[in-house]
Amino acid sequence: MLRFLVRRTAFGVVVMWLVASIVFAMYFIAPHNVARTLAGRQASAATVAAINHTLGLDRPIIVQYGSFLWRALHGNLGYSYANAEPVTTLIGQDLPVTASLVVGGALIWLVLGVSTGVLAATRPRSVTDRATTGLALLFYSMPTFLLGEILLFVLFFRLHLIGVDWFPGAGYVPFTQDPLQWARYLILPWLTIALVTAATYIRLTRGSMLDVMGEDYIRTARSKGIGEGRVIYRHGLRAALTPVVTQFGIDVGTLLGGAIVTENVFGLPGLGELAINSLTKQDLPTIIGLVLLASAFVVIANIIVDIVYSLLDARVRLS
Amino acid sequence: MTSLPALAAGTAAAEPLPESGGAAVEGRSPWQLAWARLRRDKVAVASFAVICLIVLLAVFAPVIAGILGHGPNTQFRTTGLSPQGIPVGPGSRFFFGTDDLGRDVFLRVIYGARISLLVGVVASGLAVGVGLLVGLAAGYFAGPVDSVLSRSMDVVLSLPYLVFAIALVSLLGPSLLITIGVIAFFSWASVGRIVRGQVISIKGKEFIEAARSVGSSHARIMFVDLLPNVLAPTIIYATMLIPLSIVFESTLSFLGIGVLPPTATWGNMLSEAIPYYRVAWWFVAFPGLALLVTTMAFNLLGDSVRDALDPRAGHFRTRAGK
Repeated sequence: MLRFLVRRTAFGVVVMWLVASIVFAMYFIAPHNVARTLAGRQASAATVAAINHTLGLDRPIIVQYGSFLWRALHGNLGYSYANAEPVTTLIGQDLPVTASLVVGGALIWLVLGVSTGVLAATRPRSVTDRATTGLALLFYSMPTFLLGEILLFVLFFRLHLIGVDWFPGAGYVPFTQDPLQWARYLILPWLTIALVTAATYIRLTRGSMLDVMGEDYIRTARSKGIGEGRVIYRHGLRAALTPVVTQFGIDVGTLLGGAIVTENVFGLPGLGELAINSLTKQDLPTIIGLVLLASAFVVIANIIVDIVYSLLDARVRLS
Repeated sequence: MTSLPALAAGTAAAEPLPESGGAAVEGRSPWQLAWARLRRDKVAVASFAVICLIVLLAVFAPVIAGILGHGPNTQFRTTGLSPQGIPVGPGSRFFFGTDDLGRDVFLRVIYGARISLLVGVVASGLAVGVGLLVGLAAGYFAGPVDSVLSRSMDVVLSLPYLVFAIALVSLLGPSLLITIGVIAFFSWASVGRIVRGQVISIKGKEFIEAARSVGSSHARIMFVDLLPNVLAPTIIYATMLIPLSIVFESTLSFLGIGVLPPTATWGNMLSEAIPYYRVAWWFVAFPGLALLVTTMAFNLLGDSVRDALDPRAGHFRTRAGK
């Protein structure tokens, strides 16, 4: 177990180093001259040179690369060109928004997806099964932004017209300020992200449950006289959860780095919105910081997934 | 030599024998069996018909434009917009109404199908091609080749694709080519992983040993002996990859980092339509519906293809863009 963890972490470090190197190369592929952009069109060559010197851009590339890695390793992601603030400050402001969205959404889609999947799998070819798999396919085929807009139209705009003001259309209230309003503003984004994602979990759980319930040890459990509910949840679901756990790790890890589409549709000031705004402002340090952070989330999520595997399935021995 | 040995063993027994009364028993290959199953599947036939219709509309878009007498970017400032500058609703002149610039939404939806299908097919094709080559090489050669290729697949699979796409677009600028490239780049690794697994499970079989014993080259073994045996899972994955790529493209275009206006795509039409949803539902509804019908048709067909080719396959899929 320990050897496995060390190996897995080492791979994670390599991935992060690769990402950092790719991202560092971006500074030099970038079509615009940083100092020139900062100083403005009229700036003299001396001013540009001075800015280059302050930013350390006149040093040899290998030195810059070294100091970039060193600073990133210490959690220093440089300064945003657009906001004249440390990138980490910007990320610190927006991370709670994305985290609120993803954690709440993840709870809903996990419970909804797995329970519906089990329901469908334990009654294969029944009306329930066909209805849920059909609905799952509908939401699976639906682009996230389309569902978000539909929910906005029906639950915000149409309800608003008839005087029902339950769901706000856009915005965010911090949890620390007012938990109730926080939840109220997040309901539609949660629903959006949860419905499209739950579709994958329904399909995944159903398929994997159907496979597992055909295994010999399930027959053994039944023949011992264990109740069907216990067979399904303690013996079946536990083993069937393996692919679900993988998917959950990837989804949460990826989304924590910015639930770009959902944040965009609902005007949530999270990391995804920061990424889109930095793109329009050509704010390279912020984009690079976000890429590094998002990759780190995915790498960490993958390691956690592997640990959870061994806890769920006794047949998995990590080595 | 049987192609698809695993498939043949798994599915031949499940296939009910047609006309067993007296007629001579006819041998059918696993591919023929799968084809027969697919043709009997009503959902598959229906979704295939829908896809054919969309393809026809996309191919003949210029002809339709010729019949209507205007192009997808023609602006009707007087007939296509109300005096207040509001888009005109569906009617006999504009079947799906007009958009904020007085352009024909019907024609733009049809032109949007060209981009969606083009991106869906080309990006998936590229991803499947690269994935097949890498997967075959990794599975067949093992050792250091496998290590390098597998680790690079792991790396690609552990990149947060949408954030990365934004970073790439910020450097290279948005375009159709970049969109296809980005989608293919983030999709080939899952194909490679599936192919590699398949190759490893069959390369120890006798027919590969036989091929080696008669002196077949590595290339011949990989492409003549191994390739036909990994085609089934690859085809299954490819049909699932097309709708994923279409959603990916529409998401990028919606965010303004995919295919840019004035080229009509369903994604950028929807993004232009959002401010108008209170006054012009048709502007949002028709591109949205086109997108949903297309991805649903491909997903339904994909499910049927999987059931036909491999009734016991697992479902490994990820979604693009949340």
